[in-house]
Amino acid sequence: MGIGMTGQERFEQLIASDEKVEPTDWMPEGYRKTLIRQIAQHAHSEIIGMQPEGNWITRAPTLRRKAILMAKVQDEAGHGLYLYSAAETLGVGRDELVEHLHSGRHKYSSIFNYPTLTWADIGAIGWLVDGAAITNQVMLTRCSYGPYARAMVRICREESFHQRQGFEIMLTLCRGTPEQKQMAQDALNRWWWPALMMFGPHDTDSTHTQQSMAWKIKRVSNDDLRQQFVDMTVPQAEYLGLTIPDPELKWNPERGHYDFGEIDWDEFWRVVKGFGPESRDRLAHKVRAWEEGAWVREAAAAYAAKHRKEAA
Amino acid sequence: MTYEVPRTADEKDLDYRQDGRSQWPMWEVFVRQKRGLSHVHAGSLHAPDADTALQMARDVYTRRVEGISIWVVRSDQVVASDPDEADAFFEAAAKPYRQATYYRIPDEVGQM
Repeated sequence: MGIGMTGQERFEQLIASDEKVEPTDWMPEGYRKTLIRQIAQHAHSEIIGMQPEGNWITRAPTLRRKAILMAKVQDEAGHGLYLYSAAETLGVGRDELVEHLHSGRHKYSSIFNYPTLTWADIGAIGWLVDGAAITNQVMLTRCSYGPYARAMVRICREESFHQRQGFEIMLTLCRGTPEQKQMAQDALNRWWWPALMMFGPHDTDSTHTQQSMAWKIKRVSNDDLRQQFVDMTVPQAEYLGLTIPDPELKWNPERGHYDFGEIDWDEFWRVVKGFGPESRDRLAHKVRAWEEGAWVREAAAAYAAKHRKEAA
Repeated sequence: MTYEVPRTADEKDLDYRQDGRSQWPMWEVFVRQKRGLSHVHAGSLHAPDADTALQMARDVYTRRVEGISIWVVRSDQVVASDPDEADAFFEAAAKPYRQATYYRIPDEVGQM
């Protein structure tokens, strides 16, 4: 620390010079609170996100697909744990975070409140939902908070297979029978708009964006990330021979980007407020799994206590 | 010539070798090269207590600005996997579908 520099000055200097803030550094309360909220929400999303795909493990069409899907859901559990640990470096307890999820005080990504109706949804989730998540997470590898940025590097490295296996499922369906291709189209129709909603409200309506960008927690705004995702995904849909369900979608040569239609913001806010198609079931299932798993935690503690006694 | 390790007040802090002579406990040293990177294992050393271990780690492992932060952890606190059990323990090697390159993505669709 520079001589005579206050914590605040040192913090501002770190942010200005694009250096990372580490857990032992002084940081403003708002920065700490914003990070806890965001990292916890991210962790909760990974954990709740296991449910829509876990729904298809027993019904995966081949053993290969089943092994892949299990590996993917297992990764999501792992990613949740990396993120909870990153949040804990900010002085919040794991139990507290889990309680906040269970009580509904903390949110998780709305995307997981939509149902997975057919096998094609597993393809669409990997391709679109993980594609959107990766767009956001690649940006977060440059986040100003060290432990969060490092968790993101690890997650992005592992997550690349998630998107590719999803695209592979879509490609296989699109090269199959007309019915299979129709399944893929139907899944795209249902997941396209929710995937675009993952980037959050317009920049003009986002309460956190401005401060988060100033603190370099976020590096790119919601609307810019959404545009990146659309530009990346449209050619992929074309390759599959599928139609994106947006009549206003069109290449704009002047902007060098695709123009696209307006999100149904009423639906967006309805799902954020907990009235998504699966909102109630997702949380109820999570709480039930936690309660029914109590005996496992108790048994592990009893086993450890027994071995301590034997060693003593 | 033999060398007697100076004893600390607390005998518990001393390790005893097979020949019955005591030595300072071993500490594992982790160095963070710069902000934003993780602490990475650099090596180990003997020291009578944590504060001394930190100072010695600085002198042994960061004489050429190798780091800006050090962690020391008592070696006997480290729990390690058994190298002889590695094949059974790290069964993930048999799961190539966890790698992105396992999936063939046509060039036309761009990077994924």
